Amino acid sequence: MSFIGIDAVSLRYGGDEGTLAVEDCSLSIERGEFVALVGPSGCGKSTLLKMVSGLELPSGGRIRLDGDEVKGPQHGIGIAFQNATLLPWRSTLDNVLLPLEVSREHRSSFRRKKKQHIERAMELLATVGLDEFATHAPYQLSGGMQQRANLCRALIHEPELLLLDEPFAALDAFTREELWGVLQKLFMDRKFTVILVTHDLRESVYLADTVHVVSKRPGRIVLTKRIGLERPRTLEQTFDHGFVDIVHELRDAISEVRAS
Amino acid sequence: MNESTKLQLAPWVATIALFAFWEVGCRLFQIPEFILPTPTASIAAFFQYFYAIMFNAWFTLWVTMVGFAIAVVFGLFLGVLTGASALSYAALYPILVGFNAIPKVAIVPVLVIWFGIGAVPAVLTAFLISFFPIVVNVATGIATLEPELKDVLRSLGARPLDILFKVGLPRAMPYFFASLKVAVTLAFVGSVISETIAGNRGIGYLMLQASSSFRVPLVFAGLITVAVMGVGMYAIFALIEKRMTGWAFRGQGRA
Repeated sequence: MSFIGIDAVSLRYGGDEGTLAVEDCSLSIERGEFVALVGPSGCGKSTLLKMVSGLELPSGGRIRLDGDEVKGPQHGIGIAFQNATLLPWRSTLDNVLLPLEVSREHRSSFRRKKKQHIERAMELLATVGLDEFATHAPYQLSGGMQQRANLCRALIHEPELLLLDEPFAALDAFTREELWGVLQKLFMDRKFTVILVTHDLRESVYLADTVHVVSKRPGRIVLTKRIGLERPRTLEQTFDHGFVDIVHELRDAISEVRAS
Repeated sequence: MNESTKLQLAPWVATIALFAFWEVGCRLFQIPEFILPTPTASIAAFFQYFYAIMFNAWFTLWVTMVGFAIAVVFGLFLGVLTGASALSYAALYPILVGFNAIPKVAIVPVLVIWFGIGAVPAVLTAFLISFFPIVVNVATGIATLEPELKDVLRSLGARPLDILFKVGLPRAMPYFFASLKVAVTLAFVGSVISETIAGNRGIGYLMLQASSSFRVPLVFAGLITVAVMGVGMYAIFALIEKRMTGWAFRGQGRA
């Protein structure tokens, strides 16, 4: 059985007459798979992500996570959004530690194990190159650095599932490509499952094992593309013929959906 | 003279200029003292009646502070309640707004009927007039929490109270301290109103006595005393604000 099973899921916002954001959407995700959802804006990609986390409940269909049906907010998922939302009154390190203070699993033992937690957080910050900035306040970090810290915050409690909603969309092109590398490294080291929502097709092909193209609202999966490229993938590869062909194929699929 | 010295001197220069303008205007147009006394006459009256003013100012000050303290506790509580729960916001906000629209002058006689003349009506008027901005600001600070951040925390299994204490309240602190500065000056308005209408002590009472015997310079000495106390308390709370929420003032000469 797959790790995540999305089975004929629909969601309508605002009652029976409201907008249909997602319709009859099915998708299955294996443990340790990196999945990217791409599609035109407002197509319900983010809604799908929210339904997997249980923050939003489907009005039709079922979502299973690790064997159990999702019926409310799931615990121990890592989430990162485009906006880093670091707490300005906490240092970078304390921001990263926040999930351990509030998560069901760690909250009771947080004080007792604080030293271990700090070690773990510093290790994580070191992997993304932020260890020297642990005591800095968030506003002293650049946008890219804030997003690295945001990733660390999403991963500190070692979630099995990481949900990313356009995490790099607000960054400049160079920083974005740099962070693809950071995320790929984290993914290869830690072997969690990822669902990434993005507009950037190069990003999706570079990072994902499987790219799903979502139709315009109401969202449905119209194309599923396996990306067989070996890891670690390099930025140079993104300009190879094979890579560019995949990007074009996805692009065509999206243009079709948009035109329809 | 560099920019920061200029900034430090600016309020003093402006205040002295205002007093000079007032003095010159009074003398130039020969305004009678019982209509508008000059600042020098007012300050002379201040020293002439120094002990009476100090005695009453002290009374006004502590009455105001007690009323203000109640307003802080009550305002923080109601602010958290209305900010954290959409239901209590919907239920209570119209009442709060309506209550705030009532002129507090109209309430003082009622308070006197209930509690008699003295400190209690003044404390309560100071409280009633100053809690509203605190409620509004705290509620705004908590209610404007980024939805993404809420999602991040909820997906960790954080309880609503965790979200409130770890994120909502710290986030509302700059709003809270900003409202304290406004509220403390309002509290003076409340206590002085009450003393003026129905008091037996305090600056408001002193001013009423002075004006009924046409000692207008003394009235102005009282007004200036209230203003100075208000500015003083404002400055104290501005300082506390900077100390407590320095992170919200980044790049503005953090203390």
